[in-house]
Amino acid sequence: MKEFNYVIKDELGIHARPAGLLVKEAGKFQSAIKIKKGDKEADAKRIFGVMGLAVKCADEITVSVDGADEAEAIAALEAFFNANL
Amino acid sequence: MITLTGKSVFGGVEIGKIAFYKRNERQIKRWRVEDTDAEVKRFEEAKATAISQLQALYEKAMRDVGEENAMIFEMHQMMLEDLDYLDSIIHIITGQEVNAEYAVSTTADNFAMMFSSMDDAYMQGRAADVKDISERVLNILSGAGQSGIDTDVPVIVAADDLVPSETVQLDKKLVLGFATMYGSSNSHTAILARTMNIPAIIGLGEALKPEYDGAFAVIDGFDGKIYIDPDDETLEAMKKKQADDRAKKALLQELKGKENVTLSGQKINLYANIGNSSDVGLVLQNDAGGIGLFRSEFLYLENDTFPTEDQQFAVYKLVAENMAGKRVIIRTLDIGADKQVDYFNLDKEENPALGYRAIRICLTQPEIFKTQLRALLRASAFGQIAIMFPMIISVGEVKQIKAILEEVKAELREAGVPFKEDIEIGIMIETPAAVMMSRELAKEVDFFSVGTNDLTQYTLAIDRQNPKLDVFYDAHHPAVLAMIKMAADNAHAEGKWIGICGELGADLELTETFLEMGIDELSVSPSMILPLRKKVREAK
Repeated sequence: MKEFNYVIKDELGIHARPAGLLVKEAGKFQSAIKIKKGDKEADAKRIFGVMGLAVKCADEITVSVDGADEAEAIAALEAFFNANL
Repeated sequence: MITLTGKSVFGGVEIGKIAFYKRNERQIKRWRVEDTDAEVKRFEEAKATAISQLQALYEKAMRDVGEENAMIFEMHQMMLEDLDYLDSIIHIITGQEVNAEYAVSTTADNFAMMFSSMDDAYMQGRAADVKDISERVLNILSGAGQSGIDTDVPVIVAADDLVPSETVQLDKKLVLGFATMYGSSNSHTAILARTMNIPAIIGLGEALKPEYDGAFAVIDGFDGKIYIDPDDETLEAMKKKQADDRAKKALLQELKGKENVTLSGQKINLYANIGNSSDVGLVLQNDAGGIGLFRSEFLYLENDTFPTEDQQFAVYKLVAENMAGKRVIIRTLDIGADKQVDYFNLDKEENPALGYRAIRICLTQPEIFKTQLRALLRASAFGQIAIMFPMIISVGEVKQIKAILEEVKAELREAGVPFKEDIEIGIMIETPAAVMMSRELAKEVDFFSVGTNDLTQYTLAIDRQNPKLDVFYDAHHPAVLAMIKMAADNAHAEGKWIGICGELGADLELTETFLEMGIDELSVSPSMILPLRKKVREAK
């Protein structure tokens, strides 16, 4: 399993549009991908779960990836967060 | 005649019949199913149909209203494929041995509730999306006919509120305008109305009665009014307003995208004055080169308490982003005189025009000022924001302002918050003192903007509110014009630019005078941009 922490810079947090893009990105990989904010956790492949975390600007989240393609997945997701959020 | 009043979302006048948007009202019944596998399959098929409908809507929206507005239908497809949503539905069908309609409806309520209970207005709004996708599936499951408007001539579409899939499905040729009981200016209906360029009024409330279905009416999107069974006088007035508006739109077609340049090649910037972030649509529609005066007062006037930094930031950022790199000059708060706000606790004054107002409040209550400056600086990272300070009378004030601005910048830098380091600052020239000091003031700032209303009143010592003084009042008084010329010469001597943002800027009789003075920018109400451009292009 691999994970990284990320502090959200987008003013609106993970709102609908980036949530959709994130789910799309996560869906490209076989690995299980989770996003954790505080004690709440959501499956990054499920849009309602991701939106339900209500991640706001300046929130710190942990992204964890577990599975066969975790190395590619974690690199892609880090790049995604840096570019979009 | 009945007059209804709501909140205007987009201007325009249209005359026609009202048609209420019809929905297939259905009650969700719960019944037991024996073969739950077949029921799950029935749901899966309905879901697949819904997704292909959404894909078609997405493609239609891409063509009609652009990617930004179409995105919602892509989101809706994703939501329909969300595993939590699907698990819940399938779990209800199989676990409780019930019909798919009931499972979808129950799941929709639960998910909508999750969003409406979130402490974030944006997320609360997403509850409507959940309902929208679920309604679609329910319609397919129940084999209900098309919802919509039943007409073959263009109508004013009325509804309680419309969800995105409803507005985009409407045949645009049949829609004269939108009138809704509820909704917000950020709702999809409002956004689409702006994109579709048709009048829209929201928040009409219960006064918009279903019994008006089929009634003859006029929708005036400029004033946010609907006249049902208009009398002859109103109808005539509205026809004239409509004709004026159409003439303006024709002018727009002719002049849009053209340069503001005189026959001899002199160029001038034509910017727009706005009083609210919702006016940006008008600014863009009228092809303004920027915003020359964004009055920030509305943030204070619409609030019961001081607007927070984040509240202000969101508004400034939105405007800067929507203007996409064009200059947005935001004037710091100009409260006092005729604009009073309770929570400022200002004393009653004998002579408020000469009193405790604008920059005088800011410099004596720096915490109010700094909150606004912080919001402005933060927003400057998202567009071409310039800050303008009102009611300046001395170089000392400008130095004091700049010192406070530097403090705020240092704080932001310290906190690692991005902002535009070389943000432009300017001052209003609206006091005779500022004119007399303009050479020195020009050394301190990037630009001037002449506020002709106050400058005229202070120069002529005439109170515009007093009708008895009308005989003495001359809008084109040579003293005022000499003041403007002096400020312009001094600005130019220091290599700075000067604009005019008061009423005189839009006075077509003075356009040539201002061009002769070398005024660099005129900022006027959005509707005056194109007439002014026409005047400039005809000037020598």
